[in-house]
Amino acid sequence: MSTFLGLPTAPAGVGHLRGSEPFPVAARRALADTQLRRNLAKATSTIRAKRARVVAELPDWEELREAGRAIKAHTLAHLDTYLEQLESQVTARGGTVHWARDAPEANRIVTGLVRSAMATEVVKVKSITTDEIGLNDALAAAGISAVETDLAELIVQLDHDRPSHILVPAIHKNRSEIREIFLREMADVDPGLTDVPAALTQAARQHLRRKFLSAKVGISGANFAVAETGTLCVVESEGNGRMCLTLPDTLITVMGIEKVIPRWADLGVFLQLLPRSATGERMNPYTSMWTGVTPGDGPQDFHLVLLDNGRTAALADPDGRPALSCIRCSACLNVCPVYERVGGHAYGSVYPGPIGAILSPLLTGIEDNASLPYASSLCGACYEACPVKIDIPSILVEQRARHVEATHGRSAEAITMAAAAWAMSDPARFAAAQRGGQLGRLLARHGVIRRLPSPLSGWTAARDAPAPPRETFRQWWRRTGRP
Amino acid sequence: MVAAHGAAMNAREEVLGRIRRAAGNGPAPATGAVPRAYRSRGDLRGSQLLDLLAARLTDYKCSVRRCWPGELASAIAAAILDRGARSIVLPPGLGLPLPDPATTGADLTLVVDDGFSAEHLDRFDGVITTATVAIAETGTIALDGSSGQGRRALTLIPDYHLCVVYEHQIVCLVPEAVAALTPERPLTWISGPSATSDIELDRVEGVHGPRTLEIILVAADGPAHATERGELCQST
Repeated sequence: MSTFLGLPTAPAGVGHLRGSEPFPVAARRALADTQLRRNLAKATSTIRAKRARVVAELPDWEELREAGRAIKAHTLAHLDTYLEQLESQVTARGGTVHWARDAPEANRIVTGLVRSAMATEVVKVKSITTDEIGLNDALAAAGISAVETDLAELIVQLDHDRPSHILVPAIHKNRSEIREIFLREMADVDPGLTDVPAALTQAARQHLRRKFLSAKVGISGANFAVAETGTLCVVESEGNGRMCLTLPDTLITVMGIEKVIPRWADLGVFLQLLPRSATGERMNPYTSMWTGVTPGDGPQDFHLVLLDNGRTAALADPDGRPALSCIRCSACLNVCPVYERVGGHAYGSVYPGPIGAILSPLLTGIEDNASLPYASSLCGACYEACPVKIDIPSILVEQRARHVEATHGRSAEAITMAAAAWAMSDPARFAAAQRGGQLGRLLARHGVIRRLPSPLSGWTAARDAPAPPRETFRQWWRRTGRP
Repeated sequence: MVAAHGAAMNAREEVLGRIRRAAGNGPAPATGAVPRAYRSRGDLRGSQLLDLLAARLTDYKCSVRRCWPGELASAIAAAILDRGARSIVLPPGLGLPLPDPATTGADLTLVVDDGFSAEHLDRFDGVITTATVAIAETGTIALDGSSGQGRRALTLIPDYHLCVVYEHQIVCLVPEAVAALTPERPLTWISGPSATSDIELDRVEGVHGPRTLEIILVAADGPAHATERGELCQST
C-alpha cells in the first residue's frame, strides 16, 4: 500500500481499480475489435445527440453547472462536518452507519450484515462503488450469491464479463450478442427469444421477478446523501432500483464519502444536472429518496456504509481533489474520442474514460495506474461536457507530471520536456532549435516520419509524425515581410 | 496517527482524521456562498403548466387524460375500462370518485391495501393513487407515501399505475418540487413508465416497474365554454 502525504490509497489485490495490463496494450487489442468499435460508435453518438438536445432546452444550464461545481467544492472543503451531520441524521431516523477505511473492511461489514440477516442471496441495484471494492467476489467467498438486477449489469454478470461504461455497462455488446448470452445462461428463457430489445428486456423482467419478490436483503449504492436531513437518493430507469430499495427487509447502501451533499435544496441542482448529462433525459424514470427507516414502508433495517478506499488520499492532492466532485454521469466518456475507440475495458478500472483516467490513479496512487493519465488526447471535450466542471485535462497533465517525477525525471518525455523548457525560455536558443528541427526533414518520406530514433520512437510506434516544414514561422515572417 | 492510537482507533475516527489531514493540505479552499443564479421559480401559470406537463408526460410514453373536477369520476372509470383492469389495489385514504363495481357492469374489484405481501400485490392488475407534486418541465410526478399515495411497493409491483394530478399540485421546475416536498417522507419521483436504454441505447418502455403509467390531469376551475371543455377532455 502506498501513501500520498501519509494517507493510504486503495489497497491492491481486492476490487477493480487496476487493470492487468497497461492502457496502451489493452487499447491496441480493443482497437482491433471492429465489432466493439461499431457498437461503441453507435451508442456514444446516440447518447451525445440526446444529451445535447436536452441540455439546450435549459436556459440556465451554465448557472446549474456553476452551482453544482461550487456545492461540491464547498462540500469537499468541509467533508468531515457533513459526514458527521449525515451520520447523526441517519442514526436519528433509525438507520445504522458504518465506516470503512478500505475495500476489505467494507466487504467484511457488508458480508457480516448479510449473514446476520440469514440470507444466502442478495439483490443488487447497479453500484459502481460495490464493483470498485469487489463486493460480489467477497460475498461469493462467503457463500452468498449477489444478483445484479440492472439489465446491463445482468448481461455482464451472465456473460462473466466486466462492465465497460459507468452508465451503460454493456455498451460494448449488441443485441445479437445479448440474445446469445440469455439463451446460454438463463435457465428459464424462451428458446424462441428474438434479438429485439423489447423482447430481451421482457426476458430479463421474467428472470428477475421472483428474485425481487422474495428478496430478504437489498444492496445499493447512492447517488447523493443529504447531510442536513439524512436522506439517501438513488436515480435509475428500470424499477430494479425501487425493487431493491423497497421490497427487502434489510437494505445495505455502500457509498463513497464524497457523495454527501450539504442541503436538501442542493438536490434541486443535481437532479437537473445528472439525468440530462447521463442518459440525455429531462428526468430519469425513477428517483427514490429515503431517510432512515419508515415504519410500514420499505426495509425496516437500514445500513449505510461510508467508504474511504483512497478517497482521502485524493482529497489530500490539491490538484486532484476536484475529481471527487464527479457525480458519475458518464458524459465525459460519451464525448471522448479515445473512449469511443477503445471502450471501457482498456482502462482496467471500474472508472473508465476521462474521469477514470484521473480518478483511478488518484485512488490507487499513480504508480498502479501509471499509463492512464496518458489515455487522452487532451482535446478538452470532457471538461466542456462535465456537469460539475471538473477540469479533467488539467488534472491529466498534473498526473503526467507526477508520473514523470515518480520515475526520477529520467524518461524520454521528461528529458524532452526539460530540453523544450530550456530552449523556449530564450529567443535565440528557440530559433536555433527550430532550425535544428528542420533536419527532421531528412527522416521524412512523403511528408511524414514513420519512425523517429530512440528515445522518441515511442511516439511513432503508434502514429506517424509530420515532417517539419521547409521553413519556420519566424523565417517565413522575415521573408514575406510585415503586412 | 495509526501508530499513535494503535488498534484502538476505530474506522470512523481514522477516516475523519484522514479527512482533516487531507483538508489541511494545499491552499485554504474558498468557502464562499454557492452561486445560485439558476432558475428557482418558473414563470408559467395555470393552463400553461397543464399543457407543458401533458406534453412532457406524453413525450416519455405516459398516457394522459385531461378533465375538469366534475368529470373526474367518469375519467377514472373510462381509464380503468379502457385498460381492461379487473382487480385494482388502492392506498388507504384515496378520496377519489371511483366507479361502483355494482353499477359499471364490469367484472371489477377494488381493494384497499392491507399490508399485502409482494407476491399478493403482484396479482393485482393495477393501482390508483394521487401524487404530492408534479414537475411540468421534466414530466415528473412525485409521491410521498401520504394518504392516497400508499407505501412505495404499492405503485411498484402492479403493472398499471393510474395517477390523478390536480392543477394546484403542478410546479414548473425541479427546485420548486424539491422545496415543496418533505425529505423525511419516503419519496418516489416518477417520469414515465419504467424504461431501459441498456441495449444499443434503444429506449424500451416497461421493465420492472409498472409498464403502463397513466395520468389524469384535473384542471382547477370549471369550463368557461362548452367547446373548450370538449377539447380538454380528449385523451392525448
